[in-house]
Amino acid sequence: MTAAGALYQLVQSLLVVAAAPLLVGWVNACRAWLQNRSAPSLLQPYRMLRKLFHKDAALAENTSWVFRFAPYVIFGCMWLAAAIVPVLATDLPFATAADVIALVGIFAVARVFISLAAMDVGTAFGTLGARREMLIGALAEPALLIVFFNLSLISQSTSLTTIVETLARREFGLYPSLAFAAVAFLMVLLAENARIPVDNPATHLELTMVHEALILEYSARHLALIEWASAIKLFAYFAIGIAFFLPWGIAEAGDWGALPLAIVAVVAKLVVAGAGLALLEAVSAKMRIFRVPEFVATAFMLATLGLLLQYVFEV
Amino acid sequence: MSLSGQLINVLAAILLLIAFAMLSQRRILSLIELYAWQGVVLSASTFVVAYSTGQGDLYFSGVLTALLKVIVLPWILYRLIHRLNVRWDVETLINIPTIMLIGIALVIFAFNLAQPISAMAGAVTRSTLGIATACVLLAFLMMITRRKAVSVVIGFLAMENGLLFAATSATYGMPMVVELGIALDVLVGTFIFGIFFFHIRETFDSLDVRHMEKLKED
Repeated sequence: MTAAGALYQLVQSLLVVAAAPLLVGWVNACRAWLQNRSAPSLLQPYRMLRKLFHKDAALAENTSWVFRFAPYVIFGCMWLAAAIVPVLATDLPFATAADVIALVGIFAVARVFISLAAMDVGTAFGTLGARREMLIGALAEPALLIVFFNLSLISQSTSLTTIVETLARREFGLYPSLAFAAVAFLMVLLAENARIPVDNPATHLELTMVHEALILEYSARHLALIEWASAIKLFAYFAIGIAFFLPWGIAEAGDWGALPLAIVAVVAKLVVAGAGLALLEAVSAKMRIFRVPEFVATAFMLATLGLLLQYVFEV
Repeated sequence: MSLSGQLINVLAAILLLIAFAMLSQRRILSLIELYAWQGVVLSASTFVVAYSTGQGDLYFSGVLTALLKVIVLPWILYRLIHRLNVRWDVETLINIPTIMLIGIALVIFAFNLAQPISAMAGAVTRSTLGIATACVLLAFLMMITRRKAVSVVIGFLAMENGLLFAATSATYGMPMVVELGIALDVLVGTFIFGIFFFHIRETFDSLDVRHMEKLKED
């Protein structure tokens, strides 16, 4: 571990936490523009977090320690996930803490805790949300794993940094398997981050909500942590997508001179990706909850096809 | 890998994707559109193979495919569903995820089946034989899972597309006479199916092929 690597690891860990609400603000602003509304300030998510942190937390009578403990676990999981994904450079000493399979596991731990916390209160909505979250998660997780296997097959490794370095160095060409994996990843991103075809985080409509039903009983600092964690989750998914499918411009290990260019590239990619997500949400309609398994199964199918095509074309 | 080889691989992948899309498509109108797209991809891949191998008669085959499978057959099918008044018909497909999983199993089977042959072949198109086989099997699966006569026929036509793709990728196309013969067969076949549709509907008052099971003499 070099000193520069350790310093960069520290900077990235803090940067992802600080920048995640800004990304959410940007997506919300784009969505507002597309809906012909005047957009809230890009800093609105920060203001909301500040407001929530200054309030007193109200806890339901029947809650156990799980309910109070869960927000910290969720925040920690998302922070760890976002910290080990190569955002600007691939020289991340802590990235050995988890490979792509463990990364899926980290997301799963957060999902288990948010579902447990939702069921802990004992309200009907919490249980309903937890069951739906588990339904979507149980189907989205294998799809995400297969997407990662696709990339592991190309780079012969499950380590995040090795995958990104291999993909960044690969010669330019048409790779159908990667395209399939990218589309599958986008579908998983929509399903896992409670985005519109699957879930609409902007409404509190009883029959359709998934993410909002889970966190209905939370308030103040707990709610702030969970909202912040979901912002970091979105950021982490964006970072994974950019690092794996559009890795050009990322600074490779030891090459710190490329960092300014990498910053410009990542910011540009995030801005475009955020606007793209907002556009996707604006043009698609939310589907019925019982259609979601089909949606996620399609993602699984695409990822598996990518894997099989990889096997056929590279032989 | 050469650019044409990469292009053929991409087109083959799209063909496989369309086969899966047909498997899970509920609307008959969209099925016909998908069938037309399959024709577009098929003729494009024929042109790429013709260009990269310098086989002049493959250009003719590509033009024939484009004319017949992108314009004529979809138009006939469209007219048919219009006349039968089933344009907005939506089929009740049970459990699409399961059908997709069976489809993935079929793809794995097809790839394994084609692998020894591909390993021996030296052509640019060698890796596409498995995909062509998979398209044929997926079209089979579609014919089995569908109940409406029109979608069964589209499944049959999609299977023929897969076979043609297999022929193009494995042996750089069939002899011209065979190709013309198949094209004519498919065209005539579609006309006959069209007449069948009206007969089926007249006899059973619906286009559901399950009713055909009653057609036995006791």
